[in-house]
Amino acid sequence: MTSQGSVGVVTPQTAHFSEPLSLRSGGILPAYDLVYETYGQLNASGTNAVLVCHALSGSHHVAGTYADKPRSAGWWDNLVGPGKPLDTDKFFVVGINNLGGCFGSTGPMSINPASGQPWGSRFPFVTVEDWVDSHARLADRLGIDSWAAVLGGSLGGMQALAWSLRYPERVRHGMVIAAAPKLSAENIAFNEVARQAILTDPEFYGGDYYQHGVVPTRGLRLARMLGHITYLSDDAMAQKFGRKLRHGEPRYNFDVEFEIESYLRYQGDKFAGFFDANTYLLTTKALDYFDPAFEYEGDLKASLARAKAKFFLASFTTDWRFSPARSRELVFGLLHNHRDVSYAEVASNAGHDSFLLGDPHYHAALRAYFQNIEV
Amino acid sequence: MVKIDMEDRHDYDVIAGWVGAGSRVLDLGCGDGSLLAHLKAARQIAGYGIERDAERVTACVQNHVNVLQIDLEQGLAGFEDAQFDYVIMSLSLQAVHNTERILDEMLRVGREAVVSFPNFGYWRHRISINEGHMPVSTSLPYAWYNTPNVRFFTMADFEQLCEKRGIEVLERAAFDEDRRIDLDPNNFASVALYRLGSGKLATSASQANNSETGHNPVP
Repeated sequence: MTSQGSVGVVTPQTAHFSEPLSLRSGGILPAYDLVYETYGQLNASGTNAVLVCHALSGSHHVAGTYADKPRSAGWWDNLVGPGKPLDTDKFFVVGINNLGGCFGSTGPMSINPASGQPWGSRFPFVTVEDWVDSHARLADRLGIDSWAAVLGGSLGGMQALAWSLRYPERVRHGMVIAAAPKLSAENIAFNEVARQAILTDPEFYGGDYYQHGVVPTRGLRLARMLGHITYLSDDAMAQKFGRKLRHGEPRYNFDVEFEIESYLRYQGDKFAGFFDANTYLLTTKALDYFDPAFEYEGDLKASLARAKAKFFLASFTTDWRFSPARSRELVFGLLHNHRDVSYAEVASNAGHDSFLLGDPHYHAALRAYFQNIEV
Repeated sequence: MVKIDMEDRHDYDVIAGWVGAGSRVLDLGCGDGSLLAHLKAARQIAGYGIERDAERVTACVQNHVNVLQIDLEQGLAGFEDAQFDYVIMSLSLQAVHNTERILDEMLRVGREAVVSFPNFGYWRHRISINEGHMPVSTSLPYAWYNTPNVRFFTMADFEQLCEKRGIEVLERAAFDEDRRIDLDPNNFASVALYRLGSGKLATSASQANNSETGHNPVP
């Protein structure tokens, strides 16, 4: 059964690309697959397409559900669908799993044609710009010359920004949510702790755990637990869990005592059950390396001069992982370059996670912006 | 589309007359963006609004107006010197605590500033005070206990402040309702508009620094 406003049952598709892709890291992917989903109809002139870029743990499954799994709603299903802020009656929406991912696009779990074994540790480093290049090829194949909008939150927002800089003619609206022009040292530090948890797991085997029939579950679990702390706000945690004791009184042991421990363990276990450790490593590195200003001696404003899109940015007041100040840096950079830009600084107590939630002001602003995009 | 009601905003036409065609305009406290939409249509300006209220931000987006949701009490940190031709504050100056800082900031970020505000010295307001009550009128529509206004001043007060801070009054227009008032406006005008230039103080770097930290170098 589909709820009202849902795109309904969806089926992922796979596009194979046999032309090699040169990567920033110097590596080359000889060929690759991209798994993607689409919602709505591409119009005859191909002008109503919106690309939705996923964040660290997301995928191509943005909206709708899978036929045999009623609880499989896409990760941004509250935003995308008929009559929703990103209205699939108007737009043709595309979600793509990034290269290096673990949901079907070519990644460390895929078979390396050169060895007949999973890529594992040999999978090349991929950057946000590489993802954009690979997605541009899919856009070509789908008959999309320019995106009406490229939208993303967090790492996905960085990708939307990268699109507008790498293919300025192909992005009419860049929609950058809860993102930053680059990670701070503190952000890289969190990523590094998460990676060390994985890299030092005895079952990591240098990244080639597939051949050993094991998964570095403990490392991945710790990485996710740490991540979750940074996605929530102090307020949200206090409100949701406080110091609530599972048994009403301390029992003086290392089992779950406080509810927040239970939450983190649950989230960690769940994640470790479906996500690939190598993908986590590669994706956090892609986040760390992202810095469009790097080639401009750190001058963000100069790096944004190439952009031709109009922009919409949003941040959330309690997001400390990608704080409003970081979004404002981007806003002022775009302003310096005389770009049309609107910016919503949404009052929310849910921290970084807010971008996935349905705050009414946030969604109203997105809805209004999408409504005014000409297709 | 949010309806833009301009019937009672005769000040928009004055501002449109002051603002050069094709100029870059920043509107502080831009509401639903109707002034910027008006200036875009009348003067082909490139406009940006600053607005704190979430619903008005959405209204701006609906009205095709660039809007930045920033709290003005933070000043205009992040904006570059002379980034705009005009920085406008329409009927909001009386609602900002740090009047001196915002004026300095407007003239740092804009080559010129345009402000409009309700004139507390309006004769009806004086009568009201004489009769023992804070004025409530078209231009000051709130009761004392629920007004968003935090600064109450007359045209004479404002001009005194400009003089003290070296802010140059380039043009002035005053109205009673929709009627232009030229004679003794401090008494007969309910709303005043000013076009301001940076004069001698506001462009110096030390002044900009002082305004950032909130220190007031003028005794």
